[in-house]
Amino acid sequence: MDFPILSLIIFLPLLGATFIFLFRYQKDTNKSAIYVSIFTSLANLLLAFFLWFLFDNNYTGFQFIEEKNWISGLIKFKLGIDGISILFILLTAFITPICIFSCINSVKERVKEFLIAILVLETFMIGVFCSLDLVIFYLFFEAGLIPMFLIIGIWGGERRVYSAFKFFLYTLLGSVLMLVAIISIYWITGTTDITSINEIKIPSEFQYILWLAFFSSFAVKMPMWPVHTWLPDAHVEAPTAGSVILAAILLKMGGYGFLRFSIPLFPVATEYFTPMIYFLSLIAIIYTSLVALMQEDMKKLIAYSSVAHMGYVTLGIFTLTKQGIDGGMFQMLSHGLISAALFLCVGVLYDRSHSRLIKTYGGVVNSIPKYSLVFIIFALAALGLPGTTGFLGEFLVLIGIFQKDYLIGLVATIGVVLCAAYMLWLTKRVIFGQIKNQEVKILKDVNFSEGTMLFILATIVIIFGFYPEPLLNTMNVTINGLIDNYENDLIYHLSASK
Amino acid sequence: MTYNLNILLPEIFLSISIFVILMLGVFFKKSYNLVTNLSLLALVILIVIILNTESTSVKIFTDSFIRDGYAKFIKILIIISTIFILLSSQVFIKDNNIAKFEYPIIILLSILGMFFMVSSNDLILFYLGLELQSLSLYVLASIDRDNTRSTESGVKYFVLSALSSGLLLYGCSLLYGFTGSTNFDIINNSLNIGSVGSIFAMVFILVGLAFKVSAVPFHMWTPDVYEGSPTSVTNFFSAVPKVAGLAVLIRFMQTPFENILVEWQTIIIFISIASMILGAVAAIGQNNIKRLMAYSSIGHIGYALAGVATGTDSGYMSSIVYITIYIVMSIGIFACIFLMKKNGKYTEKIHDLSGISKKHPLIAISFLIILFSLAGIPPLGGFFAKFYVFMTVIENGMYFLAIVGLLTTVISAFYYLRIIKIIYFDEFAGSFDRIRNFSISGTIFLSCILLVTFFLYPSTLNNVVSLVFTS
Repeated sequence: MDFPILSLIIFLPLLGATFIFLFRYQKDTNKSAIYVSIFTSLANLLLAFFLWFLFDNNYTGFQFIEEKNWISGLIKFKLGIDGISILFILLTAFITPICIFSCINSVKERVKEFLIAILVLETFMIGVFCSLDLVIFYLFFEAGLIPMFLIIGIWGGERRVYSAFKFFLYTLLGSVLMLVAIISIYWITGTTDITSINEIKIPSEFQYILWLAFFSSFAVKMPMWPVHTWLPDAHVEAPTAGSVILAAILLKMGGYGFLRFSIPLFPVATEYFTPMIYFLSLIAIIYTSLVALMQEDMKKLIAYSSVAHMGYVTLGIFTLTKQGIDGGMFQMLSHGLISAALFLCVGVLYDRSHSRLIKTYGGVVNSIPKYSLVFIIFALAALGLPGTTGFLGEFLVLIGIFQKDYLIGLVATIGVVLCAAYMLWLTKRVIFGQIKNQEVKILKDVNFSEGTMLFILATIVIIFGFYPEPLLNTMNVTINGLIDNYENDLIYHLSASK
Repeated sequence: MTYNLNILLPEIFLSISIFVILMLGVFFKKSYNLVTNLSLLALVILIVIILNTESTSVKIFTDSFIRDGYAKFIKILIIISTIFILLSSQVFIKDNNIAKFEYPIIILLSILGMFFMVSSNDLILFYLGLELQSLSLYVLASIDRDNTRSTESGVKYFVLSALSSGLLLYGCSLLYGFTGSTNFDIINNSLNIGSVGSIFAMVFILVGLAFKVSAVPFHMWTPDVYEGSPTSVTNFFSAVPKVAGLAVLIRFMQTPFENILVEWQTIIIFISIASMILGAVAAIGQNNIKRLMAYSSIGHIGYALAGVATGTDSGYMSSIVYITIYIVMSIGIFACIFLMKKNGKYTEKIHDLSGISKKHPLIAISFLIILFSLAGIPPLGGFFAKFYVFMTVIENGMYFLAIVGLLTTVISAFYYLRIIKIIYFDEFAGSFDRIRNFSISGTIFLSCILLVTFFLYPSTLNNVVSLVFTS
């Protein structure tokens, strides 16, 4: 490929943001800023689809590779994608326009700055999924903190300052250790290009500590128990669009990091630490599900359910079986869509009656039936109803884990039941029952833009629930390659140590 | 032995311009503007002169004065930052009645001192340069002589600095006693590991230098002097003398103390770690932005010293790169501070920045960029500064230093974020007076552009510095 399509897809949103930044303050600034950002993000979505169309499903290794000299003699600016990253790029490009549409209803002040932040964030997020060099990856990974910090802090709820700081400092603390590890890898192998590191192979004695350093960053981002506490705060206080991006994409960076870096670069350490991951994931699944049951705030409930769902993802990824990793990937994508939709649903209610508490509502179905329908669809998808993407993800993960250990599979299955419990209870309390509150009676149903967004999301969740082939095909070869490499590396290191 | 005066041309030119400008200042009434403009002109000409000299290493005057690419680079750095500081502080100086014609002349004098410092290859020349610099700085700190805070800071700086100069001089005399020479090369040849006397001398000299760059535990003067001096002077203090001090420190490690590097290193590692921790922790509770910047500068010197602590050429280079990027940030943020004028008075309270993003979006975004860069968040310039330093630190296996450094980055991120929080998240509390000045906005713009676009050309600065080091 001569045409730098990846650079284009990364920097197009930044271009849009710069364009909006240069607007003069006038009466119609907000409107034109919205138009420009919608146009940019939709153009990026089209580019992403075009990229998917060009993408060769049967090619092992990275495609669309771009290489430029960057820090001379040390580091190259290297981009490229495989079957895993293309799906995340699609997800990012798909979620961003939805966020921009949602802010038309929910963000009332400083719209221009908000759109700039969202577009800049899109650049950094896509950059994370495209980079094939550890330093470039770190650059994009960390840079995403700046716009997200501002989104939570400026447009957030009452305790926004606390949440923004907690989010920023937690993530930064996790990441600086990763920076030490990245620089160490450079001095051990002489490069930070991950394809060359895979060939050189990091000696097994270094792998454990490096794995832990990377883990500290990805575990916070994921988030895994016990470093998940920033997530409920950040979710609750962030504006709707911020929660959506956080849940749909930022959390996926952790899982992506495990798949892209931890497993291929440190196979020995991965095998060594797998029991720990299982243990932490199981705690996350059971404990946070129980915590979610007790929540009175809808956003907090969904935030805790995210932690539980991410528990399945880590469980699936670290089974290192085909089904497990497929399931983990699928679960990430489906959670990206479903949790985004659930946060949008909560946002719709919040925009109307300015309360996120469950007890404010009840009997919503009587006044706004259309809204209730989509809400129920997404609640059922979240609990893994067959026919939705949520089911496939959990199902594949469970298949993977039952191959590894019967007992762990059994405990993880309890989580499915708990998930159904809190989701159904939430639906019961919010949607059904008698109207207790007068405010609920006068609620307006979803307007055109909200309805369209939720309808599109629901359609996608159901379509891919019945017909997951396109997604599975895209990542099939890559995941097979990942597992093969992992097993070969493990044998290589075992024979080297003997 | 050569007595080629061409080699000394920049210093000679600077001295002559100082005398001429001083005379003009004395004989013309209300000559501040004239003197400032002439000083700026002299500095610009100086850049041209320095750029036109060769970069090969030459020693003159019985090897006491050295001209090499390294000194050249540092001198140009000093001049450029001084030009921007002088330009951006004009409005402040005139508003605060410190527009005395001595002001730019004293700055030129201190630069002359720094020139001799970075070019010295002899203890006596080094000390003379250092004292010329320091004496000018004492006067500069108390330039607002009707203001008790300014005079107090000048006296405080003088007393503490004189003490450190005394220690430094004592170290120099010990060194002369043990080696029999004041020349760096001869000292280098006659010093070897294990000589107790040389270690004593080295420690005393290090104390003096650490004081000049305000590294912990010799930092006590910094917050008070930064807070008390007029902001335009603080701006100068936080950038230019630091470069000169760090450059001399590196020169000392390279030539006279090369053989006892192991002993140096331990002390510098300690100083570096202590500076990073204090700079991060002590700044948290500050409500005065100049005081906060004082602690921030202590922290940043800690990072720069981490590069020096490696004792390798690549480490020194990373320190020079670090301090260069730091200067860009420091000049940028002080240019922003010059805009903090409320109801006709300049304010230093961080809380006066509350919610200014609503009324002054451009000032707010400049603060945002520079503060995130100071915190070392990618993709801004400050990240690369830290990245290069920790690259060499880890190369030399100093993992502890690297981990402490990066953890203090997280702590210090907290207080930078606090300012951003006040600017962006808090309620609006009164707008600033409008200051329309091209120099200030130009300086801020340039600083922000350099920091934001640094990731496009991350190795240019590195290449320049390594070119300079190998010459």
